[in-house]
Amino acid sequence: MILLDRVTKQYGKHLDPALDRVSLHIEPKEFVVVVGQSGAGKSTLLKLLTREERPTSGKIIVGGIDYDKLPDRNIPLLRRKIGTVFQDFKLLPNKTVFENVAFALEIVGVSTKEIKNTVPRVLEIVNLKDKANRMPRELSGGERQRVAIARAIVRQPKILIADEPTGNLDPKHAWDVIAVLEKINRYGTTVLLTTHNQDIVAKLKRRVITIQNGKIASDRANTQSVDRQPTRRVA
Amino acid sequence: MGPRMTMFVRIIRAGMLNFVRNAWLAMAAMAIMVITLTIILFSVIANATFNNTVQQIEDKINISVYLKDTVTEKQKDTFLAGIKKLENVEKVTYLSKEQALKVYMEQNKGNEQLLSAINETDNPLPATVQIKPRSLSKINEIRSFVLKADNLALQSDSMSDSGNRREAIDNITTATHILGRVGVIAVALFAIISVLIIFNTIRMTIFNRRDELQIMRLLGASTSFIRGPFIVETIIYGVLSAIISILIINGVFVTASASLQATSFGLLDISYSQEFFGKYYWQLLASQLTLGILIGAVSSLIATRRYLKFKTAKH
Repeated sequence: MILLDRVTKQYGKHLDPALDRVSLHIEPKEFVVVVGQSGAGKSTLLKLLTREERPTSGKIIVGGIDYDKLPDRNIPLLRRKIGTVFQDFKLLPNKTVFENVAFALEIVGVSTKEIKNTVPRVLEIVNLKDKANRMPRELSGGERQRVAIARAIVRQPKILIADEPTGNLDPKHAWDVIAVLEKINRYGTTVLLTTHNQDIVAKLKRRVITIQNGKIASDRANTQSVDRQPTRRVA
Repeated sequence: MGPRMTMFVRIIRAGMLNFVRNAWLAMAAMAIMVITLTIILFSVIANATFNNTVQQIEDKINISVYLKDTVTEKQKDTFLAGIKKLENVEKVTYLSKEQALKVYMEQNKGNEQLLSAINETDNPLPATVQIKPRSLSKINEIRSFVLKADNLALQSDSMSDSGNRREAIDNITTATHILGRVGVIAVALFAIISVLIIFNTIRMTIFNRRDELQIMRLLGASTSFIRGPFIVETIIYGVLSAIISILIINGVFVTASASLQATSFGLLDISYSQEFFGKYYWQLLASQLTLGILIGAVSSLIATRRYLKFKTAKH
């Protein structure tokens, strides 16, 4: 599903690379947790996957699309296949909760009728049904984060990338979010999650990739994982 | 509804919704558009009024050549034909001695004494050739033809634009020429400045909302779907601003035409401004709308471009 081959990203010629020859393979339907300190290269990794940044060298193939051969005009099509939860939510400030979630469907041309059906259901999953008509500025940080998650999953993407989706949440809500992610993973979506929260890492029992100084320091399948054993790949 | 239509309706709806939700930002941008569009409109009308005044002055100026009584029919015809050949001559009117007298008597209708005095004498008035020049600036061509020796021999009096009046005509000619150009340059300058100010205003408005553009980009929205609502929104600015600017000028003429007339020292015919505005009302409105819509749309098109670019650099 996701393949990185010796990917290096250097933001400036004289700077240390943010990612240094990283190779990685993630199977379809896998649930992968990426951990690492701030500045380790986690966000860069995610930005490369959404084609927000281009690698300095190396190859990236996601869902069969080779990024080297992806013309600019098709970047939107790529992004529509990937659901993304951004660390800073990136909600549209002039749109209500409902409209923010609906926007993800509008841009792909889903019918208005279907939008009216789907969005309330997804808002129910993230427990925000009663705040559908609020503006983002009227919501708490945790609520905003959940809107961002609703928006990312509403298209039922094949791949979901979540950058610190529990960062602003108290433990109870954090676990609600993780439960949502596990649920959509069970429906067949490949999930890539970054987190700082050691508690979550420990309890999730999923494949954990640790990034340190732009390199993969460890990549281990959590042995206690019961329902599905992901294949361990050596970078 | 087809998918294209659905997208189109969504773009229009989003644009209108944005307009309402960004009311304050919209008002600030529109205030500037209204001011600049009003200035353009005002300068267009002022220029037209000024040109009209100049035209009125020019219309009053013509050259009269007075012929001796001894001039034969043939000599007169040759002279008239010669004048008509000149490029700068718009109209030539020949008044025979009798016609000249009739005009003179008509002009002095109330003056019984004068009229009876004229009746007692033989017709004292010379046959007159009135020449209306096409352009005041080239009046010398006519002058030199009239003053040619064999033509001069036909004349009883010197032609009537000579002396002090000639100087006055020359002055008016130069002045109208310069002022006419100044008017056109002023209108053009105002227009250019306005376009730049409006462009900059729209650019600032969009700069304020660049995050929105970038977020939509990251979510995978197509360029037209992101840009469309912004263009719709700025078109609404343009339409409303054009209408408001027309209403302002309209209001000025309704409420302040008397004081405008007073401040122009009687030099300009303000009633003509009103007439011009009334006569070309729809054309002016249409051009204001076109200008507003065009500048708005093009500005937002250009201003959004940089926030919609994909990163191409590998470093």
